[in-house]
Order: sequence, then C-alpha cells, then structure tokens
Amino acid sequence: MSDDQSPPPSLDDFDARLRKARERSAGPAPQAEGDDDLPRKSLGLAFRIGVELVAALIVGVGGGMLLDRWLGTTPWGLIGMFFLGAGAGIVNVYRAVSGVGYAPGYRKQPGPENGPEQ
Amino acid sequence: MDPLHQFQIQRFVPINIGGLDASFSNSSLYMVIAVALITGLIVYGMRGRALIPGRLQSLAEMFYEFVANMVRDNAGPDARKYFPFVFSLFMFIMIGNLIGLVPGTFTFTSHIIVTFGLALTVFLFVTLLGLVKHGFHFFTLFMPSGVPMALAPILIPIEVLSYLSRPVSLSIRLFANMMAGHTMLKVFGGFSVLLGGALGGLGYAVGILPLAINVALVGFEILVALLQAYVFTILTCLYIRDALELH
Repeated sequence: MSDDQSPPPSLDDFDARLRKARERSAGPAPQAEGDDDLPRKSLGLAFRIGVELVAALIVGVGGGMLLDRWLGTTPWGLIGMFFLGAGAGIVNVYRAVSGVGYAPGYRKQPGPENGPEQ
Repeated sequence: MDPLHQFQIQRFVPINIGGLDASFSNSSLYMVIAVALITGLIVYGMRGRALIPGRLQSLAEMFYEFVANMVRDNAGPDARKYFPFVFSLFMFIMIGNLIGLVPGTFTFTSHIIVTFGLALTVFLFVTLLGLVKHGFHFFTLFMPSGVPMALAPILIPIEVLSYLSRPVSLSIRLFANMMAGHTMLKVFGGFSVLLGGALGGLGYAVGILPLAINVALVGFEILVALLQAYVFTILTCLYIRDALELH
C-alpha cells in the first residue's frame, strides 16, 4: 500500500531525510539491544544442546530396534546403537558449542574436520 | 479446559485415497491460509514496484532481503540458486507460527508430523544436492581425511548417526517450542477461568495475575515464533553449504 503523496518527492530530498532519520534513531538503539542479548542467546543455546543430544539418541535407539526386528538379534542391536547414538549426540553437542553461532557441521579450517580427535 | 485440546485435528472434508487418510483438516486449512497470506503479501505488496516503497512493499522487500542476506552469508555465494526454496521455507514456517498466535486458530507447526515433513524435505534436498554435486565423493563427509583407519569402525557409524539425526533435531526443536508455548498459554488462561468459577468475584480479581503472565507470554511467544523460523532456516542454509563445499 503506497502512501499517496501527490507530488513525488525528488530522490535527493528523500535521501537527505532518510539520512537525518537514521542519525536520529542511531543513538540509543544498539545499547538497548545489547542488554538482553545474552540471556536470550544462552537460552536458545541451552535448548539447542538438549535437542541435539536427544535427537541423536532417538535415531540411535530407533535404528537399533528396527535393526533388531529385521535381523532378529534382539537385545544387541539396541545396546550397540544406543552407545553409538550417545556418541553421535555428544559429537553434535560438541559441534553446536564449538562452532560459530549456529554452525552445526564441520570446521571451517582445512584439515581434520572432526573436533574430538584433536 | 484441556490444554491439549487445541492440538486436535478436525476433519472438514474427509478424503480417503486407497486407505490413506488425506482429509482436508483444520491443519490443512491453516496451511492454505498461510500460503494465501504469503502469496498475497508478496504479489499484492509488490504490485506497485515503486522506487520508494510503501508499507506493504517495504515489508515484502524486508523479508526478501533478510533471507537473501542469510543465504549469502551462511550458505555461500554458490547457494543463490536455492534461494527460492529457503525463502518459501522461512515464510511458511514464520507465517504458520504467527497465525497460530491469533486466539482460536490452529498452529500447524505444533504437530511433529508437519515439522518432520519439512525437515525431511530439507534433508533429502541437501543429501541429493551433495550426491549430484560430488558423486560418491560425498561420502567422505562420514570419513574425514587424516583420521587413522583403526578409528573407522567407530567413527563412521557415529558420523552417519549424527548426519541422520539432523532432520530429527530440526523437527523436534520447532515442534517442541511451538507446542510447549501454546500449552503454557492455555494453562495460564485456564487458571483465570477456574479461579473465577471457584471463588466468584474474588476469584476474578485474583485471576488478573495469570492473565498478566499470559500477556508477557504472548510477547515471548512472538519472539519464539520468529526465532524458531530463523533457526530452522539458518540451519537449512548451513546444511546446504555443507553439501556444496564438502570441506
């Protein structure tokens, strides 16, 4: 919905007004943002870590049970896959914490991309 | 007063395709509404194509630029081709989360089957992208170079599981956030009503307290709705970069 300005204002004029408005609003804004930035981020990170750990375990245990049903090796698939899932969950958490921001996967630097072995 | 009642699926138009229940439900209805709103915003907002945008055009351009920057910064310059996919994903999840906050509506992102469907789409897309780009070289993702061969029997299953857990964690995160938030809103809303019913006038006076908490929770839920759409999309971008660059 465009505003109805009967004479279209010139671009230079608009530019000047925009710059002025930006200068006016530039002052206190960053500080107010920085104040509550940390708890919000750490809350998100905490929740993310929990989900990463649980998701890998779900995949591991679910996969182990499916494998057992398919091969008839009843407890062993579940037991083995449980530990592998726990390992994968810890790897996921390690990556979530050590990576930049939300980076889930692999290291940016060249070389061995797996953290835990280093 | 059941706080989980809001998540029930109601069939509006029962459709049955070969034993498969494909009914048009309240979930489908709100998905259609979300898609209609997004299309309306983009098409109607951009119809003027003004050099100096009006309100709706500003909004549409803001979303576009936000997602475009996100794709460029997190998925790399090669990922420009996949911008439409990421943009649709972001808008669908965000509008779905926000529609759900209107009282009386249905939040389709609070159902794990919906979020898992979305996450599985992302997962299959990224896997196929990696396979098409790199062929069998893609599988070096599971066995990085420089790792001793002796570790392979442990490392490869763990890496495969870690890779397979991506869609699960992606879907659980979105679904759990939405479902927990909406349940909490309903529980606190229920407190007010129950207090009023049990104690009469005094109950209604005390019932203002849970209502006040609910007001704060709605603000928090708006934050969560936007944040979760952002997280889902940014993780998609990072997965796309993994598949493209393969480090």
